[in-house]
Amino acid sequence: MYFCTVSIFCTDPTPLIKQQAMPKITFIKPDGAQLIVDAKEGVTLMQAGIDGGINGIVAECGGCCQCATCHVYVAPDWQPRLGSVSESENAMLDNTVCDRRPESRLSCEIKVTPELDGLVVHLPVRQV
Amino acid sequence: MTATVAIVGAGLAGFQVASVLRDQNFQGRVVLIGDEPHRPYHRPPLSKAYLLSTSDEASVAMRPDAYYADRKIEVLSSTRAVSIDRNHRKLALDNGSVIDYEHLVLAVGARNRPLHVPGYDLNGVFFLRHLDEARALRVRLHKAKQAVVVGAGFIGLEFAAAALKLQVAVTVLEVADRPMSRALSAPMSAVFAREHEKSGMRFMFNTQLKRLIEDEGRVAGVETVDGAVIEADLVLIGIGVIPNVELAATCNLEIRNGVAVDAHLATADPHISAVGDCASFPSVYADGEFVRLESVQNATDQARCVAARILGRTPLPYSAVPWFWSDQAHLKLQIAGLTMNHDQTVTRGDPESISCSVFCFRKGRLLGVETVNRPADHMAARRLIGNHTALSPAQAADESVDLKAIAAAAAAGANP
Repeated sequence: MYFCTVSIFCTDPTPLIKQQAMPKITFIKPDGAQLIVDAKEGVTLMQAGIDGGINGIVAECGGCCQCATCHVYVAPDWQPRLGSVSESENAMLDNTVCDRRPESRLSCEIKVTPELDGLVVHLPVRQV
Repeated sequence: MTATVAIVGAGLAGFQVASVLRDQNFQGRVVLIGDEPHRPYHRPPLSKAYLLSTSDEASVAMRPDAYYADRKIEVLSSTRAVSIDRNHRKLALDNGSVIDYEHLVLAVGARNRPLHVPGYDLNGVFFLRHLDEARALRVRLHKAKQAVVVGAGFIGLEFAAAALKLQVAVTVLEVADRPMSRALSAPMSAVFAREHEKSGMRFMFNTQLKRLIEDEGRVAGVETVDGAVIEADLVLIGIGVIPNVELAATCNLEIRNGVAVDAHLATADPHISAVGDCASFPSVYADGEFVRLESVQNATDQARCVAARILGRTPLPYSAVPWFWSDQAHLKLQIAGLTMNHDQTVTRGDPESISCSVFCFRKGRLLGVETVNRPADHMAARRLIGNHTALSPAQAADESVDLKAIAAAAAAGANP
């Protein structure tokens, strides 16, 4: 049961190792504390945050757009680089614990790309 | 406080208990015991994205390794709990050590139901629950040409959809007369049968596996009880799970298709709780009947409920609304509520399309909602069912009725 969207389709299961510089992403906690994470390209913003030790991302469903516990706020000028909000993400964002705002996104639905180097992400007070 | 919480089972439910305890500043010792060699990882991707993609293991790990040291969560991997001494509150492990606990949480999960037909252990016959199984299956799947799936449940169909995407021919054998018959209403089963067949999946219903056919030690096909033979170089058996109740049974805790717990998820022994796939509990969504749910939602919400009790919070009975999902190719199935006892279904949207919802009622009361590619209906359903909001079959069928607005109004009424 319970399945995620397919991220990468490839017939060769050997992981590709990329040597490029990693995009730096800044997570800002509700108390203003900042943490900068070196994100792996191709992973989701949710995964980058968890790998970087960001406690404010809970991600109960593991990144399947089912639980709305990886909610983040991203400034409008960054939004065009994040990809669009799917129908699923839109429905899920209506059920976040902290208020949905125009800046609201689910971090599991955002793929880390080189264009996201310098991205600043604000965390909500609570996820559950 | 120096109390020890011992958690047996390092799946999602066990991980969540440990994680929530530390999030809420629990000061005692937290020991998380798992029989697999891995730190806690997400199982849902294993039946599809993991099979298809190049996702490395970091992407299924729930947290990086450093998390456990930082939080002082002692993870004992490749370790099995063997017995419980309730009188002295001692948990014995297979490595010979003994843990003195104040509270013991059984998050021992379930295991795949075996199928002891001739040839079940041939090379090329797989089950799928653990990461190691998924890793071996992935290697084989990428070389396969023809797969047979035994069991048209969630795991079987997710795997079958992934195999088709890799150009592997797939035949699905099912003992019932429709897919996911244990979990879904007949109208929603029909949507999935039709759409999967359109994608090239071949179903054989009302049949069972008689034996697996061998060719030089490897599986070469299957034979059904009615004599049909299907060639296959890979067979996946997905016929459900059985709860791991043995540890609880050894110390005389009650078993009811799972470890029996009360509305607070405690066993008859107040120092022992059970959560997740192994726990059988009285559900407010099933008129108080005992149910055992295998889902991410149930694992996380039950873990939170038990952690709150261990932390000494005013105990509230477990009442989180059950929800489930299964992604099968282009079909995103979501279920809210417990629909098994329904006596009436109403479909919203076109059942001939791949976007519709089936509302399940019993004696006119809404039990649950199954949706395919209708996330907004699903989210409204979670709120309607969670708040026990009345909705008539006529309202459910009428697409001009705004479910989200009804759900929001009911929620506002419930939490003024």
